[in-house]
Amino acid sequence: MDFGFLFSHFAELTITGLALGAIYALVALGYTMVYGVLQLINFAHSEVFMYGTFATAWVAVFVHGTTSVSQGLGGTLGLLGLCAIVAMVTSAAVALLVERLAYRPLIRRGSPKLVILISSIGASFSLAEIMGLRDKFAGWFGLQDNLESYVAQARNVYSSPVTVDPHKVFEFAGYGVTDIDLLVIGAALGMMFALDVIVRRTRLGRGIRSVAQDPEAAALMGVNSTSVIRTTFLIGGLMAGAAATLYMLRIGTTRQDAGFLIGVKAFTAAVMGGIGNLRGALIGGLLLGVMENWGSAVFGTQWKDVVTFVLLVLILLVRPTGILGESLGKARA
Amino acid sequence: MPDTDTRKALLEVDDVTIRFGGVSALESVSFDIKEGEILGLIGPNGAGKTTCFNVMTGVYQATSGQIRFDGRPLAKMKRFQITKLGIARTFQNIRLFKSMTALENVLVGVDANSKVGLFNALLRTPLHRRTEAESIEAAYALLDFVGVGGRANELAENLSYGDQRRLEIARAMGTRPKLLCLDEPAAGFNPAEKQRLMDLIRKVRDDGYTVLLIEHDMRLVMGVTDRVVVLEFGRKIAEGPPAEIRDDPAVIAAYLGVDDEDAS
Amino acid sequence: MSTTAPGSTRSSRRSGRPLQIQLPSFLRSRLSRVVMIALGVLLAYALPLIQPPFITTPASDFGGVMASAASFALVALGLNIVIGYAGLLDLGYVGFYAVGAYTTGVLTSQHGHWPFFLVLPCAMIVTTVSGLMLGAPAIRVRGDYLAIVTLGFGEIISLVAKNTPWLGSAAGIKNIPPPPSIGPDPIGTDQDGLFQIPHLAWNGLVPSVDNLHKTPFLTFGVLDAIPYYWLILTFILVVLVADMMVNNSRVGRAWEATREDEDAAELMGVPTFRYKLLAFMLGAAIGGLAGSLLAAGQGGFISPDAFPLLLSMLFVAAVIIGGAGNRWGAILGGVLVAYLPERFRTLSDYRLLIFGLSLMVIVTFRPQGILPPRRTRRALRAQAEVEELEGEVIDA
Repeated sequence: MDFGFLFSHFAELTITGLALGAIYALVALGYTMVYGVLQLINFAHSEVFMYGTFATAWVAVFVHGTTSVSQGLGGTLGLLGLCAIVAMVTSAAVALLVERLAYRPLIRRGSPKLVILISSIGASFSLAEIMGLRDKFAGWFGLQDNLESYVAQARNVYSSPVTVDPHKVFEFAGYGVTDIDLLVIGAALGMMFALDVIVRRTRLGRGIRSVAQDPEAAALMGVNSTSVIRTTFLIGGLMAGAAATLYMLRIGTTRQDAGFLIGVKAFTAAVMGGIGNLRGALIGGLLLGVMENWGSAVFGTQWKDVVTFVLLVLILLVRPTGILGESLGKARA
Repeated sequence: MPDTDTRKALLEVDDVTIRFGGVSALESVSFDIKEGEILGLIGPNGAGKTTCFNVMTGVYQATSGQIRFDGRPLAKMKRFQITKLGIARTFQNIRLFKSMTALENVLVGVDANSKVGLFNALLRTPLHRRTEAESIEAAYALLDFVGVGGRANELAENLSYGDQRRLEIARAMGTRPKLLCLDEPAAGFNPAEKQRLMDLIRKVRDDGYTVLLIEHDMRLVMGVTDRVVVLEFGRKIAEGPPAEIRDDPAVIAAYLGVDDEDAS
Repeated sequence: MSTTAPGSTRSSRRSGRPLQIQLPSFLRSRLSRVVMIALGVLLAYALPLIQPPFITTPASDFGGVMASAASFALVALGLNIVIGYAGLLDLGYVGFYAVGAYTTGVLTSQHGHWPFFLVLPCAMIVTTVSGLMLGAPAIRVRGDYLAIVTLGFGEIISLVAKNTPWLGSAAGIKNIPPPPSIGPDPIGTDQDGLFQIPHLAWNGLVPSVDNLHKTPFLTFGVLDAIPYYWLILTFILVVLVADMMVNNSRVGRAWEATREDEDAAELMGVPTFRYKLLAFMLGAAIGGLAGSLLAAGQGGFISPDAFPLLLSMLFVAAVIIGGAGNRWGAILGGVLVAYLPERFRTLSDYRLLIFGLSLMVIVTFRPQGILPPRRTRRALRAQAEVEELEGEVIDA
């Protein structure tokens, strides 16, 4: 254990932790919204995110080719915006697909929770494997050469050709806060804020909250629960897509199994804040990002993920309703 | 009402209040159930009958007040412990173990008092075989007693509605309760079936059980109970023998939905 | 107070029984049933020697495939208790598998040289205790949270193994001795054993004795996987019998009642928490047993990479595809998950995809799995048992 490093790099660890946590928080929204409405964990949400990371990288490859480019944030903003839009659309489409294939048929039938949970695990598996076998599928259609820069060596790490150089914007307690840190945190906060407004202020939001609170009563009052469920998947997908672009901005590489770890962490964040609670997802995400950074400073980076998992287990055992408490339905207008 | 009954109180509900959020489901309700009697608990919909039931069987905790069974307070006790202590119940909306046979349903109840566990089962010890045989014997007897002996090995979900209700009674009796709580056992019954049910409830009492009956059907309650407690909006509004209750103006008002001003 | 149930009348019961299905007479006799079961067991043991055409795996050693299929089947049997009987979704079952394997590795190679058959029960005890420690708090929280907690557990175990030098870190543990052989000690690769059993070779559908390939009885060596298969199969049979004993008792009834309606079960006097925990611990013990057998298996080597979380998902897939709640379904599922990709090598790249899709398809169109729990048949069996038991009581 090394507390010295934690103290000497406290500001850096905290701020990069917040940036990481902002990404967790965006992904956590997907878990929290689906859980709020269905009381089910969407295991396939990690794959929704993973498809977003690939979409981001593919757009970069499409625009720049495979040769590595390195530039400042200012010159990449346009590309980033394009990546974000494509990633959000892709992730949303995958989320809707999951809802359509893995959830709706079972919900309609009134299947037990365990069964739906397993169906979503199956969906998660299938999506990850489809991505990991994309070179084979391209081969079926004789496209492996045309699409080589997108599909070759499908099971290896896939990187975005564009690297964004961080620039120090200002100094804070000895750490030079970069424009990337600010963008990631700012974008995540902005999106969360927009979503919070939507859920609290609009008709759509009222529909979501009413289904979360009492699906039967909502149905009696004319709320179409199928469309509300679809909307929650859609929103969760959009947020995961945005998170995926921000993730690629920071990390730069992905793989067909990249969703798993982020997924578990985002879920941890959602539970930490109080699953079903939008603001809880934000607080949980930021807290988890920071704790993870602090934890890896103290215990060593190889224990970083163990810290997360132990935290998850402890939270579930000690305070399963999370910091802010549960329930999307109770979010006050 | 002066308590002239000399029999011992088996269950005492003492000033029990339950609130959910700001709403009181029960407001300082007190009554006793005497050993060996059939007590009816009645009241209009939403009067708090099932809530009362649930607090007695440990599903809810009372906000204040106490429930004593055989002199022992039930607060903080786990639900299965309350069952082992001697309170068993049926459910208003039938909750059998659907994919188990009728016999197995009753066996689950009988098992509550079984002494054998994992290791006896694993090693098939003589004790296990004997206990199992006795349990099955007892379960069959109970099925015969309530009148579904002929369908012992059918899945519970395949039984007729009436048989399912009777099976619930057998399952509850399987736990060898001192107090048997029946939650609207006649719901959905036709008059002939109700008559048979009344006979069954009397038979249960004659066998030494104390019975608490929650029921909607006034005729059934008046026909079978020894004493009646009436709830309305979570308060006890009357208590006494059926004949008295029938003529009680407050009860009539409650059941006819007449406003207090009109009744007075 | 009536302690014995009232109104027991034998006659009313007898007359009211549904008609019993008449089995052919040769199946009804107890002796013939014993003979049939014995033949079935013998066939199971002989399968890798027979190497039946179509079933055998041309691309890889059939004995090895059988051993790994048996290993999966054993794991599926254990997980079936957790998922199928108690209805708890355990996504970190590989964690128990790993704990069992590492306990064995540590005690027989890394930090001790204990004999295998002493280590085996130790591994089971360690996994049972870890099951208790994880399950006792985790089962109290909501059902679907258990899935995540166990997922976390599975990941923690492999991360801890990877980062702990005492456990061999990423390199794992080598030179784990195989179970003790019977007969003369094998010297080098010369595997003698007490005697040697030749395999069969097939020319089309014509069998002939293949004297070039013999399996020694009983040498746990590096060349022949069949003895390992036999060992695992033996444990499968033991677990299977124990499973039947436990599930056909009040324990099984309590599990089923809890799965059907937890509140009602609790109100009928079933301590549902304890029974769920029991299932979790029994499942953990069997996972540990399988892990221990894996560690002492052919090769004698384990590493953190042998226990990816993916394996947990395959285990769950095996139980669900086979039919959760049916022990034969679990065995079938386990065998399918391990065997099919080996038999159809061209498919092995796609195996995870196929399992993922089949999970979705199965829960949507046949949620009870390939072999659903046989409930109606069970009703009849219960009746037969009752008569047998009654006979004893009356005789006694």
